Amino acid sequence: MRNLLFFLLIFAFGLARVQAADDAALDQRVQRLAEELRCLVCQNQSLADSHADLAVDLKNQVREKLRQGASEQDVINYMTERYGDFVLYRPPMKATTLLLWFGPGLLLIGGLIALFMRLRRRASIAAEPQLTSAERARAAALLDNPDKGTEGNGMEHR
Amino acid sequence: MKRWNVWIWPLALFLVLVVFLGVGLTLNPREVPSPLINKPAPPFELPQLHAQDKTFSQKDMVGKVWLLNVWASWCASCRDEHPVLVDLAKSGKVPIYGLNYKDRRPDGIAWLNRFGDPYVLSAYDVQGRIGIDYGVYGVPETYVIDKQGVIRFKQIGPVTPQVLNEKILPLIAQLNG
Repeated sequence: MRNLLFFLLIFAFGLARVQAADDAALDQRVQRLAEELRCLVCQNQSLADSHADLAVDLKNQVREKLRQGASEQDVINYMTERYGDFVLYRPPMKATTLLLWFGPGLLLIGGLIALFMRLRRRASIAAEPQLTSAERARAAALLDNPDKGTEGNGMEHR
Repeated sequence: MKRWNVWIWPLALFLVLVVFLGVGLTLNPREVPSPLINKPAPPFELPQLHAQDKTFSQKDMVGKVWLLNVWASWCASCRDEHPVLVDLAKSGKVPIYGLNYKDRRPDGIAWLNRFGDPYVLSAYDVQGRIGIDYGVYGVPETYVIDKQGVIRFKQIGPVTPQVLNEKILPLIAQLNG
């Protein structure tokens, strides 16, 4: 009799531990999903961060669905059927969200192209000027005899 | 190299920015487009607010164009729209059914006694579960549901005389026509 009681106690204890571990795993799944979903009342918070009434209701709803064996995708479908893609912090890729997904990349590429063209243009402006042979001879003469260069401007004190 | 190149591009970019920001200013970020438009109204069967032992379901309304207005006694903007609904109910243009959302029954009934009851009846959604099915994220919200039980329009926030005259009433006339 004593033995039976002992075993029952151990069994119950073990069951409670399994139950607690299950709850912790469920909590974690709810938390992870809630971080992916946007609170509709306070729009820049996730469901996980929000304490708004509706956010609490929706979190409970998420927990209930998961406990009933729904997958993460099932819950996401459940939410988007009611509130639209807006509830997702990671919007799906479709025709209406193409600009959202690729806009920043396009801007970056556009910026790089503009920068590249600018730099090339500047390089061509800064390139060494081409002199004719007469200009070259005159420059050489000026460098050899600096006085000559200022000859004849009439402003010199001699 | 033309001179105008120097300032035409910054100016063009600035104008584009102005257009985008200008459009952004006219949008209301709190208005989340509902995916339920042109979808069948989610099914429900709820106890009524006044007659506790009777129920109300969206199925009861097949064959009629009707309004479903989500309201609560704790909701301040519901009071703003209330006179509009009372007037609309008097005009008899469309039956209005209420969804009393996350409210206490005595509070809801007292509120209607005080401000007037435009509803044919109100369904009592104490847990807000049906509200979630309808994508309610604030009160008031109003749905126009057609004869086939399909949601055709959703007003987020109070029904103003302008919304009523420009959107809801023309839509109802068209659905009834």
